[in-house]
Amino acid sequence: MNARRANAEPRWVRLTLTAVALGFLALFLGLPLVAVFVEALAAGVPAYLSALADPETQHAVLLSLVIALVVLPFNVLFGVAAAWAIARFDFRGKSLLTTLIDLPFAVSPVVAGMLFILLFGARGWFGPWLSEHDFRIIFAVPGMILATLFITFPFVARELIPLMQAQGREEEEAAVSLGASGWQMFRRVTLPNIKWGLLYGVILANARALGEFGAVSVVSGHIRGETNTLPLHVEILYNEYNAVGAFAAASVLALLALVTLVAKTIVEWRMQKETAMLQADLPPEAVRSEA
Amino acid sequence: MKFLARKLAVASLALGLAVPAFADPSLLNVSYDVARDFYKDYNPLFQKHWKAKTGENIELKQSHAGSTKQVRAVADGLEADVVTMNQATDVDFLAERGLVAADYAKRYPTNASPYTSTMVFIVRKGNPKALKDWNDLAKSGVQVILPHPKNTGNGRYSYLAAWGYALRQPGGSDASAREFVGKLLKNAPLFAAGGRDATTTFMQRRIGDVLVTFESEAELIAREFGRGEFEVVYPSLSILTEFPVAIVEKVVEKKGTRKQAQAYLEYLWSKDGQENAAQNYLRPRDPEVLKKYAAQFPSINTFTVDEVFGGWSKASPAHFKDGGSFDQISQVK
Repeated sequence: MNARRANAEPRWVRLTLTAVALGFLALFLGLPLVAVFVEALAAGVPAYLSALADPETQHAVLLSLVIALVVLPFNVLFGVAAAWAIARFDFRGKSLLTTLIDLPFAVSPVVAGMLFILLFGARGWFGPWLSEHDFRIIFAVPGMILATLFITFPFVARELIPLMQAQGREEEEAAVSLGASGWQMFRRVTLPNIKWGLLYGVILANARALGEFGAVSVVSGHIRGETNTLPLHVEILYNEYNAVGAFAAASVLALLALVTLVAKTIVEWRMQKETAMLQADLPPEAVRSEA
Repeated sequence: MKFLARKLAVASLALGLAVPAFADPSLLNVSYDVARDFYKDYNPLFQKHWKAKTGENIELKQSHAGSTKQVRAVADGLEADVVTMNQATDVDFLAERGLVAADYAKRYPTNASPYTSTMVFIVRKGNPKALKDWNDLAKSGVQVILPHPKNTGNGRYSYLAAWGYALRQPGGSDASAREFVGKLLKNAPLFAAGGRDATTTFMQRRIGDVLVTFESEAELIAREFGRGEFEVVYPSLSILTEFPVAIVEKVVEKKGTRKQAQAYLEYLWSKDGQENAAQNYLRPRDPEVLKKYAAQFPSINTFTVDEVFGGWSKASPAHFKDGGSFDQISQVK
């Protein structure tokens, strides 16, 4: 019935709306993406390749990947723990915890970066102690990892909480009542149920970790070949009138984003398939009670 | 377990990136945005010189970003051995906080500024509006592009250059300078956010008849946008822009790099350092080197901020702080 109603509009209305939507997409998504590659290749392929071969650009790519690699395991660990606590248990301060998880979404990344300067900067709370013991956090890689961790923290938990709430705790209770240990239950029941959602959250967090600019810019110190991530490097090259270098670096970011998008689409598709299968397996009343 | 091991491996990789090899001494030079080209050429020169003189290999690291942001980072703990800036205000900020010696400007020759530049006009090809001097910029029907005078070094220098020009005209006074600068600012359709932004506005978006910018920027614009696109006009009088350098006392004390940092800055005044400045279109202080590159630096009458305004410590509050002359003039607008 829905399908018929959707077709009830006159043909020209449908065509116009589709054209507007597609045109909008092309203008605001397609065109900038094309422009990045056109600008990057403006001086020819050899110039593009030599811009990418620049050791500082390569270090920026490496550093961005390392930061993402360090941040993601922590995101998985804390995200699963937080989602599990919130979805499975009732406790005092649960809504407070939920709000805290959302905090990085609400706070501007620049403010988040400044927060770390307030804590660890030379004039910050722990600054004098850190400098006395020769620990470098701010204007070094550890500070950039912390800032990225803060910014990407909500993604995994936010993705898992509704999923785990919808799945309910019955299967886990069944596992425990059949004698499974906590770890066995997690590995055999919880994890398989949430794996696609978890992966989806990780992909989103990864995209954000690679692309983060504001917070990282505040704590980086912009030391070339040391604390310069890919997004920071793009800005610097652009400010130096090095358009080819800037857009070549931007094209690497764009490619990483495209890979992320493809991975995200695959995971989404798998998730849908799995949910459909799950619902088909269940007796009809279970489906209804879940909905 | 395997997961943990992998995580440890990644963490140690990250630490490896964070902690450089301590075998050779290293210096971190925290600098302004567009100084990269200069130091990219200068650093190998100094490394060679230092190796020949002491037999020591030295690692040189660079950090570039907006100058105010950079000094703020140094104040917050970015461990710069030396700062090389494009305006005394920024180094003064560090001197006030005890990171840099209060008399840093006297520790090196020529006001601790190894090279200078000046503010010039970039006009469209053929100079269709026949803009020759500052007073042409204040005429009606001329559109002037410059960065915001309140919060960019480029814009502040442009503003003071116009002010100083008006002061030095026959019968010039503070009142006439204020009126003149007011007229000139009325010709600005917008204030760009920074030097780069102003250039893009003028060259790419093709807004305005004239762009006021550093002489050294003209060369960068030529490389980026092509030489046939514009002309450089030297006004009869302009401001001498200085680029002060200083050692960050606290950091060299802690790292034990005073000797190297001092030599690094001193070498800027050597023949090699001065030649390098000239090659990057910055005016060398050394008269002989300046003479050698005379073709590239037309002679121009200049005044310094110290001569006309009594230094940045007086010019900043009088003109650019809240309620200063810029605020008063632009409110009338």
